[in-house]
Amino acid sequence: MRKSIFAAATLLCGLLSQPAFADLSVFACEPEWGALTAELAGDKASIYTATTGMQDPHQIQARPSLIAKARSADITVCTGAELEVGWLPMVLQQASNSKIASGAPGSFEAARFVTLLEVPSRLDRAEGDVHASGNPHIQTDPRNILIVAKALSDRFAELDGANAATYASRYADFSARWTVALAKWQAAAAPLKGVPIAVQHAGWVYMINWLGLKQIVVLEPKPGVPASSGYLAQILSTLERTPAKMIIRAAYQDDRASTFVSERTKIPALALPFTIGGSNEAKDLFSLYDDTIKRLLAGAKS
Amino acid sequence: MRASRSLLLAASVACATSIALPAFAADESDLSGLRQEMKSLRDDYERKIQELEKRLKAAEDKATLAVPPSAESTMSAPVAQAEPPPPVPKASAPVSANAFNPAVSVILNGAYGVSQRDPSSVGIAGFILDEEAGLQDRGFSLGESEISLSANVDHAFFANVVLAVGNDDSIGVEEGYIQTTDLPWGFTVKAGRFFSGIGYLNEKHAHAWEFSDAPLPYRAMLGNQYGDDGIQARWLAPTDFFLEFGAEWFRGDAFPAGGADDNGAGTVSAFVRAGDDLDEESSFLVSASYLRTKADNRDTDGDVFTGTDDLLIASLIYKWAPNGNPVETNLSLSGEYFFGREEGTFNAVPVDYDRSGFYVQGVYQFMPRWRIGVRYSELQTDGVPLALAGSALDDFGHTPQALTGLLEYRTSEFGRFRAQYTLDDADVQSNNEFVFTYTVAIGAHGAHSF
Repeated sequence: MRKSIFAAATLLCGLLSQPAFADLSVFACEPEWGALTAELAGDKASIYTATTGMQDPHQIQARPSLIAKARSADITVCTGAELEVGWLPMVLQQASNSKIASGAPGSFEAARFVTLLEVPSRLDRAEGDVHASGNPHIQTDPRNILIVAKALSDRFAELDGANAATYASRYADFSARWTVALAKWQAAAAPLKGVPIAVQHAGWVYMINWLGLKQIVVLEPKPGVPASSGYLAQILSTLERTPAKMIIRAAYQDDRASTFVSERTKIPALALPFTIGGSNEAKDLFSLYDDTIKRLLAGAKS
Repeated sequence: MRASRSLLLAASVACATSIALPAFAADESDLSGLRQEMKSLRDDYERKIQELEKRLKAAEDKATLAVPPSAESTMSAPVAQAEPPPPVPKASAPVSANAFNPAVSVILNGAYGVSQRDPSSVGIAGFILDEEAGLQDRGFSLGESEISLSANVDHAFFANVVLAVGNDDSIGVEEGYIQTTDLPWGFTVKAGRFFSGIGYLNEKHAHAWEFSDAPLPYRAMLGNQYGDDGIQARWLAPTDFFLEFGAEWFRGDAFPAGGADDNGAGTVSAFVRAGDDLDEESSFLVSASYLRTKADNRDTDGDVFTGTDDLLIASLIYKWAPNGNPVETNLSLSGEYFFGREEGTFNAVPVDYDRSGFYVQGVYQFMPRWRIGVRYSELQTDGVPLALAGSALDDFGHTPQALTGLLEYRTSEFGRFRAQYTLDDADVQSNNEFVFTYTVAIGAHGAHSF
């Protein structure tokens, strides 16, 4: 009798502690942070990535699967800056996991570690989807990835001290490879400097800043607000006076506005991966920027 | 820089001279000593200033890198310099007494209703209707507006209060509860006044429903939705898919309960919910719930019921979006089945009858901001004893049913307009209703549940 109770208890314990196979259970909000975690933690982490490159990270539903995965996570690795404000708080509230509560060591927000651009001077929903702390799409500049990598590696070491040395050495390795890649990308992207572009959504400010592109127009009158025909007419006349080389949008975005303007101005419309999985080529962090630059160069040539 | 340096030098020399002035009487050796001292002083200053300049230059270089570098500075910059500086801690927000204010959000509704028959006289055949479960008034009206305040109490609790301002200017506490935030092993306990976790629609606030009103089973058997004062415990299982168990214990004051029987603890409920993604594009939630309420002289429009009400609810929700990205188009299908039994005395006549009902609905977003939807609901009830023929429990052989069509337009996440048309055959005489509503949310950005 006693034996069977013991066996049952052991079984129950085993069941309850099931998700703890890897040292750290990571809930990554966006694919870029899932990939960065893989680079920095290797087999020390089991990673669940909540969204794909074909999904708009602003508008995800707090699906049951996300709640289940957050329940057993040791850390959430997210962009922050209110990018996930429409769904992550609901997931966290239902996941009843204090390890990843906002402000806990298990809540990592990448945007806290980089200098955010486009911080609004006025907070008013009449201005569209504005984010109080600034533009959250920091992953479009690979230099930000390196900054976040350091902070994330430190956070992993803090949460999982036993593997601190592994995280440190993996960061050193990643940092070296990334620095080489950065030099390669910057050299390759040299012809993009000063190239005029139009963007469908103001999500590229960090990339534009990095590569020295010149943003002529945004096809949305305000962030997240679709263009009216009057506004599009205005765009067309602006592009007539100041032509752009290409119209850029993220892979997950509908191409209607881009196509409309492209057809009338003969400026090619271009979908960039935006994150991993946004194109067939963008399979990891390195190929994401390889592909982005390749597509931009092709666009600039035409 | 150069000018200021020479000025500094002059000043220091002047200073040194003035200090040295009273030493005129001193001899030649003293004088040369002084000169030497002055020279060393000057050299010292020179060196220090040079050092300062160097440091300033270094700081300036660093600053150019730390600020998001302009294209010019980096495209040509050697790679070594592209190494990012260590993260700078952000300036903290100014602290004021208001810094700990709870998150405030306000939901405003407005409606315009057209009804073939007087809405207040239209009921549901065979069912007693709680006053909450009536139809939309004719003409213009301000719907129920909600003011919600929420914040963490401390490290252990979260608190939320939702004040509802009714059409008749009455203010009520719709929800007001505390909820634990750091219990281990996936447990959450909630206490206060809140909507029960049974079913699918019950826990959601009316403004989060996909239609402007509740489907027939909710109206007839739960008085739109069951909320009461009580306590709830939930356990989220550590499984790879979503699996949650919950149990509740309520005061038993709200319809279908009444009179706070059993010393004000007359209602119990239990539910289990499971859900997962089927693939990248679709996900589901399924649940089974049980609610047992007791009524002690529950008076509904003069009809008095004393007894127990058992209710079982089975719910299935399915949502789909291409690539799992609901922004452009998405589809949501849901259906719930209710089975209930009331036992006791109705207007002093012993009764024991079964009721059941269901609704199925589909809402499709066919382009960004636009949705169409259709919903069908139906109810069934047992025949009544002869003594109650002609009472509210008599369905006169009629099967209540309603078919609703919906067209919705959103200006943004926060503003919404709905036009809804119902072929309402719930009462013995049918009724056609048209309701136009707007719903807006201002204030804190609320996250939405599945």
